[in-house]
Amino acid sequence: MPIELGHFALILAGTIALAQSAVGFFFWRIGGRITSYLRQAAVLQFLLVLASFAALIQAFVLSDFSLKLAADYSYTLQPLLYKITAVWGNHEGSLLLWIVIMTGFGAAVAISGKNLPSDLLALVLAVQGALGAAFIAFSLFTSNPFARLFPSPLEGQDLNPILQDIGLAIHPPLLYLGYVGLSICFSFAVAALISGRIDAAWARWVRPWALGSWAFLTLGIAMGSYWAYYELGWGGWWFWDPVENASLMPWLAATALLHSAIVMEKRNALKVWTIFLAILAFSLSLLGMFLVRSGILTSVHSFASDPTRGMVILSMLMVVIGGAYGLFAWRAKSLRAGGLFAPISREGMLVVNNLFLATAVIAVLVGTLYPLVLEATNGVLISVGAPFFDLTFGVLMAPLLIIIPFGPFMAWKRGDFVAVTQRMAGAAGFTVLITIVLVMVSGGKISLASLGLLLGTWVGIGAIAEIVDRIKLGKVKFSQSWAHLKGVPRIAWTTMLAHFGVGIFVIGVVSVTAWEMEKVEEVAIGQTVEIAGYEVKMLDVSRRLEDNFVAEKVMFEVTSPWGWVTQTASEKRVYTASQIPTTEAGMLTYGFSQIYITLGDLSEDGVRVVRVWYKPFIILIWLGTLFMAGAGFLSLSDRRLRIGVPKSARAVAEPAE
Amino acid sequence: MTRKQKRFAVILGLGAVVILAVALILNALRDQIVFFYSPTELIERPALATDAIRIGGLVEEGSWIVEGSSNIFAITDGANSVKVTYPNLVPDLFREGQGVIAEGSLLADGTFLATNVLAKHDENFIPKEVEAAMKAQGIWKGDGEEYGSSSGSGASNSGGGSSSGGENQ
Repeated sequence: MPIELGHFALILAGTIALAQSAVGFFFWRIGGRITSYLRQAAVLQFLLVLASFAALIQAFVLSDFSLKLAADYSYTLQPLLYKITAVWGNHEGSLLLWIVIMTGFGAAVAISGKNLPSDLLALVLAVQGALGAAFIAFSLFTSNPFARLFPSPLEGQDLNPILQDIGLAIHPPLLYLGYVGLSICFSFAVAALISGRIDAAWARWVRPWALGSWAFLTLGIAMGSYWAYYELGWGGWWFWDPVENASLMPWLAATALLHSAIVMEKRNALKVWTIFLAILAFSLSLLGMFLVRSGILTSVHSFASDPTRGMVILSMLMVVIGGAYGLFAWRAKSLRAGGLFAPISREGMLVVNNLFLATAVIAVLVGTLYPLVLEATNGVLISVGAPFFDLTFGVLMAPLLIIIPFGPFMAWKRGDFVAVTQRMAGAAGFTVLITIVLVMVSGGKISLASLGLLLGTWVGIGAIAEIVDRIKLGKVKFSQSWAHLKGVPRIAWTTMLAHFGVGIFVIGVVSVTAWEMEKVEEVAIGQTVEIAGYEVKMLDVSRRLEDNFVAEKVMFEVTSPWGWVTQTASEKRVYTASQIPTTEAGMLTYGFSQIYITLGDLSEDGVRVVRVWYKPFIILIWLGTLFMAGAGFLSLSDRRLRIGVPKSARAVAEPAE
Repeated sequence: MTRKQKRFAVILGLGAVVILAVALILNALRDQIVFFYSPTELIERPALATDAIRIGGLVEEGSWIVEGSSNIFAITDGANSVKVTYPNLVPDLFREGQGVIAEGSLLADGTFLATNVLAKHDENFIPKEVEAAMKAQGIWKGDGEEYGSSSGSGASNSGGGSSSGGENQ
């Protein structure tokens, strides 16, 4: 019964969304009562979708296998957490999660948007309603999560063991918050194009949504990367898999959007470009959805799928891109660009940032779609892997990293390059010094990797240097600097934090890529593998019985170069219901570096192949992304940016609290 | 600088970056892509085997042996097979009779030295490329019964006569 109620609630939500969109588009000029109707509709729609999602969760928790989805993806002996996460461990359920988040964002705009101009708000909710209606229809007509199974089986098919992990509770919801949050920026862009309300205030209203979804997207991608790293047992953190690229492209576009919206807000310039980016970011989200769900790719992420779904998403993609960019082309001429500005200025730097990010999007897009296009046109099968992306994306990122620290140092309107360079001399000196130390520590040879370390350090130190310069540390009395420190506006702190995160991220990536070590050796109990000064000794093997899997557990004792002795376990599991084997890697963290151990099968003579990695500074990769995302959230709490504050952009320094 | 000159300088700068990006992409597309072949294509035209390629098919029944830390097996598309040496651990779901992709290079003796072996995390997986290669050889059979699979009439079941049901352990 609750399942039918859930199904009904979703249908109702769909009709409300349709009404919300129709009323919004026809009567947006009226405002007043219309707007309050739309706001109520958006909230109601969200509550109904939430109720239908709750019905689905309830069926999974109670292992009601008369629900086809639960029978396919759940199992009575799964721990409760995995019963719940199994709800979105499949196409139908994850689509409903997407809809929950989408309508949730719509409701959030409705609730928080009291201070928005009524015509803009009406249009935003109209677009959001149209998107909601489209996705709900997609769910109901092609991927109904509420389908029943009769007769209902006694036991379910179990969730894919790879997904039976806390990662499934974290990665998809965060990623969707990012993907779907971008739909709000999209709706704002379309609303702005229709109403003609494209100004600095618009940028100020959009920026919190862009910031929030960007921060969630950052976290979602990073957590996905970490999950793949520890769960798949391949030891890698990024594979340039098309589906990973599908999440990277909207991230790059959203990063560009964040920065161009600042220019639009402060200088009333880059308006057309900012709108373009807002549409692009969400279009790329939808492209990602298409790649994952159409069955066009085979990857860790692809769901069992059928071609109709792919066609539906493709048509949605066409309508969104075609409609929005059509509108864009039609209206963009009427938008007078703001005044042109000097290349050497804060906004000039932000334009260069956008230029590199946008070309990086193109590089990733080409690398991702080219194999598909080639296959479709002349049947040639190719794959585009890391070497392609290193030579395009990697090369394009290098100049961007060089200029990142310059941005915050430049004044708006007209920067003085010479003066800025002088102020950054100290940071440059520090950078060279630290790089020399880092290179010495990690082998002492000058190589491409040293250059990478130099770039990462430069970005990190440059970020801190801006604050140091701001408070005139060392130039005035310390007490005075301390006083200045309290006056540093939060936006400067968040900029520093985010850029610092980029810096240590780069250091992590470069270190792992250049100095990672791997050994594949046959080991018997009591024998050791030596790697990078660490001694990995196999202790013993035991069996472990859990409710839903049987594991063979191998204990290792790892002695670090400085004599610490710690233990870790690697496992080979076989899941009872599906008989799928998985490997759990044994991992030990030393500072920012890790030892990572996976197992092969036991051979007859009691010897086992063991694969051991030494991963220098790998933790910095995720620490860096956490800094970036943290900066995004912190920046959201800046009162000057809070939603619906239609005051002019006067730079009032606020205490950093 | 006059306003016009300034604008020209800006456009020149932007253009330079875009040209750089396009040049990088085209260059990388020429040199850095990896082609996929079936064992039959490889045997008929060994000249195809440039530096790094991917081959795919099924792991031939009875061909998989472990020698020290190396895995040696044959990849077959039904008509022909290629012997593969992989000096590393194979993925969890690597089994005889299962779809697999090996990335690496063809050695002078006609065997394939793999740098990476891909299998999927799903027991009913046949890589799309492998499926196409096997269809080309006319030996494609739809993969086994998938009870309650949400895919319904998925593309992977379109090959006609279905073989065994349940797990193929």
